[in-house]
Amino acid sequence: MSDARSDIFARIREALKVKAPKPHLKGDANAGKSSVAAKPWLPEGGDDAEGSLLILAEQLAKLKAVLIRVPDRASASKALANLSLSKKWKKVAFHGHELLRPIAAGLSCETWEADASFDKQRLEGCDAGITTCESIVAQLGSILVSSATSGGRALSVLPHVHVVVAEAAQVVPDLGAALALARARHGEQLPSMLSFITGPSRTGDIERILVLGAHGPKELYLILIG
Amino acid sequence: MSDAKSIFLKDATVNAADGDQRAFIRKALGGYYTNRDLQKARYRDWEMARDVASMAKWTAVNDLANVLEKFVGNFERNGGVVHWARDAAEARAIILKIAEDANAKAIVKSKCMTSEEIHLNDALEKAGYGVVESDLGEFIQQLRGEAPYHFVFPCMHVKREAISELFTKHLGTAPTDSPEELTMIARRHLRQLYIDADIGITGANFLIAETGQISITENEGNARLTAALPRIHIALSGIEKVVNYLDDLSVLLPMLATAGAGQPMTCYNTLYSGPRKKGECDGPEQFHLVLLDNARTRLLADPEQRDALHCIRCGACLNVCPIFKNIGGLAYGTTYQGPIGSVITPHLRGLKQWNHLSGASSLCGACTDACPVRIDLHHHLLHNRRNAAKESPTLFDRLFHNGFNFVIKRPWLFAAGGRIFRATLPFLQKLPLPYMRAWMKTRDLPKAPSQSFRDQWKNQNV
Ligand code: SF4
Repeated sequence: MSDARSDIFARIREALKVKAPKPHLKGDANAGKSSVAAKPWLPEGGDDAEGSLLILAEQLAKLKAVLIRVPDRASASKALANLSLSKKWKKVAFHGHELLRPIAAGLSCETWEADASFDKQRLEGCDAGITTCESIVAQLGSILVSSATSGGRALSVLPHVHVVVAEAAQVVPDLGAALALARARHGEQLPSMLSFITGPSRTGDIERILVLGAHGPKELYLILIG
Repeated sequence: MSDAKSIFLKDATVNAADGDQRAFIRKALGGYYTNRDLQKARYRDWEMARDVASMAKWTAVNDLANVLEKFVGNFERNGGVVHWARDAAEARAIILKIAEDANAKAIVKSKCMTSEEIHLNDALEKAGYGVVESDLGEFIQQLRGEAPYHFVFPCMHVKREAISELFTKHLGTAPTDSPEELTMIARRHLRQLYIDADIGITGANFLIAETGQISITENEGNARLTAALPRIHIALSGIEKVVNYLDDLSVLLPMLATAGAGQPMTCYNTLYSGPRKKGECDGPEQFHLVLLDNARTRLLADPEQRDALHCIRCGACLNVCPIFKNIGGLAYGTTYQGPIGSVITPHLRGLKQWNHLSGASSLCGACTDACPVRIDLHHHLLHNRRNAAKESPTLFDRLFHNGFNFVIKRPWLFAAGGRIFRATLPFLQKLPLPYMRAWMKTRDLPKAPSQSFRDQWKNQNV
């Protein structure tokens, strides 16, 4: 008996001997790169940095994510400390990143650098997880985190609140740009997880009524510096 | 009549008569229509974007062998293990073997329709593993012991009171009528299960050839947790999910979310390439991908309907289908409900048994209009009807078509037939003709005109 792999490939090759007609399309859809071909048709992501930031703010508000804009790192630190106090956080896990370490040091509650010694039970007990990100997509309000730059896979989804600290320069207009940037940065060594986070975790499974915080974070904050 | 058909007819009749349930489904979908239109309006041209999305899938599916080969090479280079399954039994055996080798006990699953297709839960439970569905809708359906009602919104037909009762019975929680509180009950219950599970099983929405990544779309975060906490991650996917470029997702992901759920983007769209890498602090030690054929190559071999393999399972065609809204998802008796299910099920499971689904359509074309990747759904339903008639014509089909053929070639006979038909039409209403009965129960026949069209034409032109 031949193995399943070669059998399946044989079936595919046999099936494709008869060609299917190319679909009749209006536009130049087969220009090769989907994002280039679709750019004029997809939702807008802004033509310049200012435009992108405006769209981003609008998208995040609709998604019920909270955008906090601050001028510099010191004020980012202050904003996070205030948030932590007002929400009465007791334990906060953060990604050991040069941007985040000083910010976490300013918190009055217990803090823990989660990637130094991963412990899922302990992480589950944290009120918030603080990460950086790869980029932020203005067009859709999505934040791209990765296992390489955001403290692994669980930090951005297991704690009950997720806080992202990023520089305004990390905002890109659209999804195509974010994907291209991630590829350019990591080359062949892609992180084992890249995740676009678009608003806090949600479900509509009960009577199609929106509820936030299904399994992932109920609250999502983006502290944007600059 | 096939078993599947008689069950379908019975369930469809009962459900279509249940006005309350139909109103409930329509109400549940109301918010979706509003949100979808709002999101679509953000597209500078939705129709043109559909062209790009359909082309991305067309190029991959029509070059499937090469694209799949490239994907697998890259996936393996990233440290993942690929398994091939010709059919459901092979896929189940592969997954059972992985679980056995790993000495696993507890398994947590995120939503994966392909696993419904191969009846994976049954097999795992029979082998003694605890399996928990973590998607809220799937979790509720698992407790109810019922198949998903809709492949994107699995329990959209269940009222909150019933869910509350279900949770009280199985989880011992206090009754509540708040969807929020019900969601939190499931959240609290499932959290520890992710942490304790040895294996996490997910589906895959896209396989990216260029990078060897798999892409998973979800709203709740349960797939994220399923692929983060257990020490083994198994993904199960049909072979047709592959696309050429990572960049294709820049169109497919937002369109999937907008078409299917009226969102700009689903909450979590995650790309996985391999198990935990060096320098990463968490993630599974092993990453397995089971690639399933299960008659997909049979559909591939039909160039006319090959585009049905472009489906990205957004669910839009169900949401707009008048038949789906009237008979409900369970009546189909299939893994994939609605128009796309009616198109592909006869290919995947046999035209003889499942052809009746080709009739589960008003041919209004709403599904075809809704499909983000431009699958010609309602024409495929017609194609299936034609194929079924060719494969095993009923006596009525044969008599009717041969008779029609004979008459239409003889104008005098056609004219005579017309005259007889016009004269006897008033009496036909009363005849107990089997083919007419269902139709006539709720309708009257139109009045016959006194003259045929050809007579009128002649009279006007003299
Ligand atoms: S057939 Fe089209 S509309 Fe239906 S689920 Fe598939 S992609 Fe969506």
